[in-house]
Amino acid sequence: MIIKMIISIIAYLILAPFVGGILAGLDRKVSARMQGRVGPSILQPFYDVLKLFEKEPITVTKVQDFYVMIFVIFVIASGVIFFAGGDLLLVIFVLTVASAFLIIAAYSSNSPYAQVGAERELLQMMAYEPMVLMTCIGFYMYCGSFAVRDIIVGTSMPFLPLIGIFIGFLFILTIKFRKSPFDLSMSHHAHQELVKGLTTEFSGKTLGLIEISHWYENVMLLGFVFLFFANGTVWGAIIGVLVCIVTYFFEVLIDNSFARMKWQFAFKSAWIVALVFGVINIFVLYLIV
Amino acid sequence: MSYIAKSPWVIHYDGSSCNGCDIEVLACLTPMYDVERFGIINTGNPKHADVFLVTGSVNEQNKEVVKQIYEQMPEPKVVVAVGICACSGGVFKQCYNILGGVDTVIPVDVYVPGCAARPEAIIDGVVKGLAVLQEKRDNMVKGIDAPAEEPEAAAEEEKTEEGGEN
Repeated sequence: MIIKMIISIIAYLILAPFVGGILAGLDRKVSARMQGRVGPSILQPFYDVLKLFEKEPITVTKVQDFYVMIFVIFVIASGVIFFAGGDLLLVIFVLTVASAFLIIAAYSSNSPYAQVGAERELLQMMAYEPMVLMTCIGFYMYCGSFAVRDIIVGTSMPFLPLIGIFIGFLFILTIKFRKSPFDLSMSHHAHQELVKGLTTEFSGKTLGLIEISHWYENVMLLGFVFLFFANGTVWGAIIGVLVCIVTYFFEVLIDNSFARMKWQFAFKSAWIVALVFGVINIFVLYLIV
Repeated sequence: MSYIAKSPWVIHYDGSSCNGCDIEVLACLTPMYDVERFGIINTGNPKHADVFLVTGSVNEQNKEVVKQIYEQMPEPKVVVAVGICACSGGVFKQCYNILGGVDTVIPVDVYVPGCAARPEAIIDGVVKGLAVLQEKRDNMVKGIDAPAEEPEAAAEEEKTEEGGEN
C-alpha cells in the first residue's frame, strides 16, 4: 500500500510536467489549426520554459521569488496529496493556499498591471471556489469518503449520480485552465489591456516556474475529471482518460470561440452554475443516497 | 544546446511610424504568415520579450520610452528596426523633432528596410535576429559582456524601389 503510494507520487512528480507540457503544446497546435494556421511544434511549451530558464534573472522585489517558490511547492504538494490518494478537501485547500501566494507575489511587485491582475485572480478564486467545494461534497455524499483512494475503488461510476456537479466542474475548469472567456487575470493569448496581468512583473526563471506549476495543476485538475469515471476497473480507467482528453479538447474549443468576458460575468455565471447544477445535484443525492 | 532561438518572444513598439509598418508587423501574426510556427509570440510585456521590434523613427518625446523598454528587457535581447524610418529616419529625417533611426538611441542588431517593410522581410529580419540572439546567449554563458556594439548590418535588401527616397 505504502509502496504503491510512493510509486504514484514519484510518477506524478516526474510525469506530470511532461504530460502537462505536451497537453499545452497540443493546445497551441489545435488552437492554431482551429484558426487556420500551421501552429508551433508540439514541444513548443518546453522550448519556451527552457528558454525562460536561460534568460537573465530580473526581479522587482526579492520577496516575489520567494512567494512564487512557495506557490510552486504548494501546487505540487496538492497534486502529490491527490495522487497519493489523500483527502480531496486537503487537496483543494492546499491549492487555494498556492493561489493565494501567487496573488501575494503579484501584489508585492507594486506594478499596477500586476495588481489589477491579482485583483482579478482573487475574483476568479471567489467565482470557482464554491463549485470546487461542492465537487468534494458530492464525492463524499456518493462515495462516503473524501479520500481519493476510497473514491477510486468505488463500485460504481460517480459520473451519473454527480452529473450536475460534473457540468459545474467543467464550467469552472475553464477558469482554472485560464481559458477564454475567463482568462481575466492572465492569459496565454495576446490580450494586452493588462499587459500580462498577474505575471507582468515575473520574467525568466520565475515565469518558467509558474508555467511548470500550471502544467502540474492542469494534470491534477484532469485527475478530478478522471475521478468521476473511476470505478476500480480497467474500463472505468479507460473511459476516464478518454473523457479527460475530450474535456481538454472541449476547453480548447471554448477558448477559441469566445472573447474575454468581464469579471462580473465570470463571477455571476460561475455562482449561478454552482447554485443550479451543484446545489440541485447535492439535494438529489441527499434524497437518493 | 540553447533554446533561446526556438522561442523568441516579440515586443512591438511604434516610434513615430505612419502605421504602415505596424500593420505589416501584425500581418505576420495572421494565418497567412503565422509566425507562431517559429515559436514567435507577440507579448505586450518587455519583461517577457527577447526581440524588440521598433517601427518608425525616434523623436525627442519617445526616446526615453524606447530606452526604457530596451532596459526592461532581460538579456539576451535583440533589437530589430523595421522599416526605413526605423533604420535611418526615412522621409522624416529632416523634421525638427526627429532624432533619426532607432540606432541613435539604442543598439540595433538587424535592419529591415522597406516602406512599408513586407511581412516576409520582417519575418526574415527576426529570424536573422535569432542568430544574433544565439551569439549573445553564448557570450553570456562564457561570461563575456555584450560585445562592443558593432551591429552586423544584416539588412536583407527587400527590393527597394519604394524605399529609396531619402
